[in-house]
Amino acid sequence: MPELSYREAVRDALATAMRRDEGVFVMGEDIAEMGGSMGVTQGMLDEFGPERVRNTPISEIALVGAGIGAAMQGMRPVVEVMYEDFLTLACEQIVNQAAKHRYMSGGQLKVPLTIRTQGGAGWSPGAQHAQQLEAWFVHVPGLKVVFASTPTDARGLLYASIYDDNPVLFFEHRTLYGIKEEVPEELEPIELGQARVHREGEDVTVIATGRLVHEALRAAEEAEGEGVSVEVVDPRTLQPLDEGTLVASVKKTNRCVVAHEAVTRMGFGAEVAAVLQHQAFDWLDAPIERVGAKFTPLPFAPVMEEWVVPQADDVLAAINRTVGRNGH
Amino acid sequence: MAKLEERQALPEEDLRGFFREMLLIRRFEEKVEERFRAGDLPGFLHVAIGQEAVAVGVCRALEERDVIASTHRAHGHTLARGTPPNAVMAELYGKVEGCSHGYGGSMHLYDVARGNLGANAVVGGGLPAIVGAALAFKLRGEDRVALAFFGDGATNIGTFHESLNLAQLWRVPAVFVCENNHWAESTPASQQLPIHDLEQRAVAYGMDSMKVDGQDVEAVHAATRRALEHARGGRGPVFLLCETYRLVGHYVGDPQIYRPKDEVPRLRETEDPIDKLRGRLGLSDEEVEQIDREVTQIVEASVEFAKNGTDPEPEDALKNVYA
Repeated sequence: MPELSYREAVRDALATAMRRDEGVFVMGEDIAEMGGSMGVTQGMLDEFGPERVRNTPISEIALVGAGIGAAMQGMRPVVEVMYEDFLTLACEQIVNQAAKHRYMSGGQLKVPLTIRTQGGAGWSPGAQHAQQLEAWFVHVPGLKVVFASTPTDARGLLYASIYDDNPVLFFEHRTLYGIKEEVPEELEPIELGQARVHREGEDVTVIATGRLVHEALRAAEEAEGEGVSVEVVDPRTLQPLDEGTLVASVKKTNRCVVAHEAVTRMGFGAEVAAVLQHQAFDWLDAPIERVGAKFTPLPFAPVMEEWVVPQADDVLAAINRTVGRNGH
Repeated sequence: MAKLEERQALPEEDLRGFFREMLLIRRFEEKVEERFRAGDLPGFLHVAIGQEAVAVGVCRALEERDVIASTHRAHGHTLARGTPPNAVMAELYGKVEGCSHGYGGSMHLYDVARGNLGANAVVGGGLPAIVGAALAFKLRGEDRVALAFFGDGATNIGTFHESLNLAQLWRVPAVFVCENNHWAESTPASQQLPIHDLEQRAVAYGMDSMKVDGQDVEAVHAATRRALEHARGGRGPVFLLCETYRLVGHYVGDPQIYRPKDEVPRLRETEDPIDKLRGRLGLSDEEVEQIDREVTQIVEASVEFAKNGTDPEPEDALKNVYA
């Protein structure tokens, strides 16, 4: 099995779809000669040419909106929004247009648009280049939201997103681009709406997304050493949500921690906690713990930034609280 | 830039067709006002009485394969693009038989089979997708044009500027039709536009621009044909400025306290596009009455059709969220 980095896995999904299908093309800021500010589309201009690997002006509204228009005409555009902070600029087009054309037309239109973007702290970019805004879009009916945490998932989920007939927000995490994983020889699409159980356990379930999947796995290793068996589950798609897998896991372990890098308040974890308390109330032996960033914009100074966003230790502390080891 | 585009002679039969269609739109919208005031219609409504020549002149110049995006003032565009009055009226009544099956309403009239990608209730909201549709046509080598309607108020919003910039940069086959009715809701040009000549906004992006008397349907039609030819020929997008007048309020029921009292009566006297075309065609009272009877009957029938339409099931609200 070949080994791919997360970055290469994203690129492979794009290139595979573009080789298969003339209707797939990519556009974004600095994605052609430069290969994208994260290097994801490097080399693609040479293979596919400037018509299908399109540099755009710094115009998030028009970039996303043009993707919507091309998608409504039956193409499958993939738009790169350089930082997810810049999704805020395109929100009108995403929220009012992409998400609603199918609905407002009474089912006449489809918008098979994929919007790739990335974010995440850990490198001191300050308050406008590392936010985690995925939860905003889960709140909008008509959108699908994917957050990939491994190369295999990024590859299979992005390919499935491109071929989904709905607008998909595809979130990548900046600090994961370099991680490597063995991936299937042939690209295997991963159906949206299926969680991945990364590690089975008996005592506590940690439901984590993005970078926090890896922090959770580290925390689980440590907890294991202390005699606590931890199951780690990544929903992978936040909308649609694989409630069945999450609920089944919690019914088995009776305890749950939800963990993401986004701020805790109104974060995705709040929704997961609500789903679980409703569907697994009688199985819960402890309050569901939430792990997320503190309620502040991201600070610049590394010591502050590291303190604001959650790390493996924060996940471990939450695990210990659910099993009554508050003194830890 | 300042030069007004001249009309070109069209066969009288075509012009009579335009007259009939404009009168149908007028009677349709008057009926909509009446039914709204009677409490029949949910939501709220914007009519485009006075702007019929733009809707008909532009849409009659389009080919069937072309696409449009419309605005919150969409009844005329939608009817002129060929959606039957029954389907539009049924939509205003929130019925399954409506052109958006009850999911849209007045501000979200769609008819994709007829190339109508939808009316948009966000000012300027439809422009970026028109650039994208035109890009798709260009990438696939299709002989089609995408056209956006919008008003003077929309030229102040970011979607307008980013869309014109991108369309010109990529030279996509798009036409941007600005209906300058001189009012952004209740705000006059003097309070929302620092320039007098809106064409400057297109010229700033290097875009070819045309200006036309939007009350003269023949001139609108001729200018649109030229704009479409230009775009279709791969020479890039065109900005088409139509000087027009809204002979009513922003919404049905608008008391128009912001507008000089004599403005609307004066404009109705001098700038009614239907009167203008009638004069040009030299139609007799009898001829006009005959056409009026026919279109009024169509409008009346559309109300009956809509009233007898099917209400959606409440649970249908959960359909069409995802494909």
